[in-house]
Amino acid sequence: MQVMLILPELVLIIMVLVLFAASLKKIQGVALSNIAIVGALLTLVATVLSCSASGTLFAEAYQIDGLSQLIKFLLCGTLFLIFIMCRSLSGIEEEMQNEFYLFLSLSSLGLVMMSSAVELLTILVCLEISSYALYVVISFRRGEGRRSEVEAAVKYVLFGAAATGISLFGLSYIFGLTHTTYLNEISAQLPKMMDQPMAVIGMVLMLCSFFYKLAMFPMHAWTPDIYQGASNETTTFIATLPKIGAAALLIRLVSMTGSGISEFTWVLVVLAVLSMTYGNLAALVQDDIKRLLAYSSIAHAGYMMIGLLSGNQLGMAAVIYYIAGYVLMNLACFLVIYYIAPRGENITFADLKGLYRRSPVLAFTLAVGAFGMAGIPPTVGFTGKFIIFTGALEKGFYGLVVIAMVNAAISAFYYLKMARAVYCQGDEDELQSLQLGFGVKVFGAFLIIAIILVGIMPQGLMNLADQAVAALL
Amino acid sequence: MHMEKYLILNTLSYPILSMILMVPLVGALISLLIKDEQRLKIFGLLVTLVTLVLSLPLFTCFDLHTAKYQFAELRAWFPLLKLNYVVGVDGISVLLVLLTTFIMPFCILCSWRYINKRLGAFIFVTLVMEAAMIGVFISLNTVLFYIFWEAMLIPMFLLIAIWGGARKDYASIKFFLYTLCGSVFLLVAIVALYIKTGTFFIPALMDQEYSFAYQMWIFLACALAFAIKIPMYPFHTWLPAAHVEAPTAGSVILASVLLKMGGYGFLRFCLPMAPAATIYCMPYLIALSLISIIFGGYLALGQTDIKKLIAYSSVGHMGFVTLGIFLLNDQGLKGAILQMINHGITTGGLFIMVGMIYERTHSREIADNSALGMVIPIYVTFLGIFCLSSLAFPGTNSFVGEFLVLLGAFKRSTLVGFLAIPGAILAAAYMLRLLQRMVWHDSDGHAHHHDENEADDHSHVLTDLSFRELSMVVVLTFFVFWIGLYPAPLLNIMDASVTHLLGQISVGGAVADPHAGHHALLELGSWIKQVMTF
Repeated sequence: MQVMLILPELVLIIMVLVLFAASLKKIQGVALSNIAIVGALLTLVATVLSCSASGTLFAEAYQIDGLSQLIKFLLCGTLFLIFIMCRSLSGIEEEMQNEFYLFLSLSSLGLVMMSSAVELLTILVCLEISSYALYVVISFRRGEGRRSEVEAAVKYVLFGAAATGISLFGLSYIFGLTHTTYLNEISAQLPKMMDQPMAVIGMVLMLCSFFYKLAMFPMHAWTPDIYQGASNETTTFIATLPKIGAAALLIRLVSMTGSGISEFTWVLVVLAVLSMTYGNLAALVQDDIKRLLAYSSIAHAGYMMIGLLSGNQLGMAAVIYYIAGYVLMNLACFLVIYYIAPRGENITFADLKGLYRRSPVLAFTLAVGAFGMAGIPPTVGFTGKFIIFTGALEKGFYGLVVIAMVNAAISAFYYLKMARAVYCQGDEDELQSLQLGFGVKVFGAFLIIAIILVGIMPQGLMNLADQAVAALL
Repeated sequence: MHMEKYLILNTLSYPILSMILMVPLVGALISLLIKDEQRLKIFGLLVTLVTLVLSLPLFTCFDLHTAKYQFAELRAWFPLLKLNYVVGVDGISVLLVLLTTFIMPFCILCSWRYINKRLGAFIFVTLVMEAAMIGVFISLNTVLFYIFWEAMLIPMFLLIAIWGGARKDYASIKFFLYTLCGSVFLLVAIVALYIKTGTFFIPALMDQEYSFAYQMWIFLACALAFAIKIPMYPFHTWLPAAHVEAPTAGSVILASVLLKMGGYGFLRFCLPMAPAATIYCMPYLIALSLISIIFGGYLALGQTDIKKLIAYSSVGHMGFVTLGIFLLNDQGLKGAILQMINHGITTGGLFIMVGMIYERTHSREIADNSALGMVIPIYVTFLGIFCLSSLAFPGTNSFVGEFLVLLGAFKRSTLVGFLAIPGAILAAAYMLRLLQRMVWHDSDGHAHHHDENEADDHSHVLTDLSFRELSMVVVLTFFVFWIGLYPAPLLNIMDASVTHLLGQISVGGAVADPHAGHHALLELGSWIKQVMTF
């Protein structure tokens, strides 16, 4: 049953084609968003159907295993949630809405394929498929002045191109060392070379593309401007799906280097510390909520890096768990941003004031998302940090974990600032209550329950993640 | 892991500890469906009362002769990390669980009129708070403990942030960040202990032998979290802000239960897991406790806001608790635990009284609330009783607790005993000052010159206690005198556990030096000299 192996990819391709046809037919409005939602739902079903598939395709460059299937499920699930959440597409020009869905689906296709790619050139091709689609989408934004979104789009292209170039350069080092581009063959040779400068440099440079996708130091610089410049819908996408894909690939690539602590590990330690600290400190002074979330995503990339560099099964599995939780918490925040900005504008702290009087459901959704990202139990954010830190301490990274905990405490301040604006401020102002559909409230409640339930019952997701990474190590 | 040897599994017909944990949580969820305000209040009260009734077998069926953890339940939770859902109570935690379930109905009752917006959310938050607090005291798993410990921050933050006073913005953030920063290292300690021993099970963690350096790290990481929570000088500054801005129910929860978690943490983590480090640090902690007692007392003496005064008095009272804990002898520990219960009842009562007067005069300034003796005599009578209890008047509950702590202090070192006594005198000074101003006319004469009309019209405006208010204070007063006159039942319950704890300390850290307290001050003195001459 070769078809079952790539069922999600096939359904996604069909969805892309249908959306393309829809764009030719100028189908718009509710019909269009329904097509997109049904398409995303079908791919989600496809990932569930093919969840236990395993095998290799295309000259063994394409591997279907536990990790790829879990990541595909997360990717398609997130895409589905984003399409539901942003049904109205209030921040996208009418004539661009077709293309918005088309390119996001195309980008998702690239990411889905990337999670199965086990050969370096295949990985790069998939990466480019996902990136090119995004380059286009970023500039779609409703509004008078088109400066910031064009600036964002140009920055994303330039940074993306630079990151790919650096990656290719690193790839050439790795190829030079190991004479192969297949990950399984590289991983047979690489662990004993990990103290050589060439291997360390090659690996670090090669990872740059994925650092870029994950918004990890030193490839983080695009994040705040793109978050701010792109429409709320696009930012929701950029903040979630590419990071899932990047995390999956980083797990594959970092696990190639073996579980020992080498020079390469220490490079990652430094990057993790810088990423956390820089992200958190910069986020403290932001006023635009999307910029704040951008810097916080840099910090979260640092936390995930701790799980990666631990190199043990627990740490790697925790990364998958963490990214899944991070997506839920991010969606919670973006849901609020999306629905208090009916015309797709950016949100500042001033707009959050007194939100709990305007809409208690949105207020609580934001609070749970923010507390979750700050790592307060009983949310998934806490459990993720807890498991990642447990993995790191198993390897003896005490100092790193203490730095990460201090960072978590720093980050609590700006997340709390959001909760404060929502609950403490704006008491005296006249506020209009938000008119929200029943569906939005259900969606908010779903996110709240998911963030808390996955947090207190991590066993299910962690088991899947554990099995997924067990095969790699 | 032979977990059963530390536990006596629950033999009651229902899982009592899980029940009292779940009833408030389920109640909180159901409360979201109720729209009518009056029904909401009654529903909230019912849930807390049901929880109280359900928790009573903890008192009546408690086995006094064992230090094992009773009513225990054990279920697999997260096998990948060998995490279990394991709950149980011993002689120390059972009292705190009972205190929590006992105080919560008062939190709903005292908000009957005080909370006039977002009542549904208030009932929800209060019930979630109750579950989290109970969870902290019954958890026998470090991760479970930490989850409840931190989860409590969110409802408490919301209590202050939504229903707080004028500076709620500042107070809620300060409370949250202060306590959060304290507990980040607690998590590192918890995971580090797991890496070392392979278990999160608290009783098993107590049974290990760690090197002294390791104990010091664990002790310091945990002690910071608990010292902030309790709060001990110099980490007390969040408390007055939070107390003053919180609504009455928030203040009562803070004073009666939240502060006890610091003391409980010391007893559950620091003492048994790091006994050698505890003995090493004992002098410093005794010194800090003494500073808390005297410093809190002095600050209370200078306050004009009634709530602030009681908040600072809490710092002093909690100083007695930490002093008792770190005396590391039988009387000290028992006194400390009893004092935690007493403080919960007395200070909870005082905050309820302040809330009542605030509902009437809309001011918490002593000057605006003076000369009430003639106007609302019943109120003033009960205020007097709680004030006397707070200053440890013989016959009231606090007297027994403070007496035991002082007895322990004198046994440890005469100097420590003598240094603690001014705290007791200061308590009398600030409480009597409060009483005198509030009950009789202010002798300064200038107190109400800016709002003369309002003050003189007290007799027309103010009504004495209603039935609801009266029933609250009568119940609390009953416990004030019951513990004051017949504390034996409580002391019996904690006896076996305290003896066991002392055994753990003496086995784990060699026998404590009987004059260590004295040394402490000498060491502190030489340290101060060093700093001064630096």
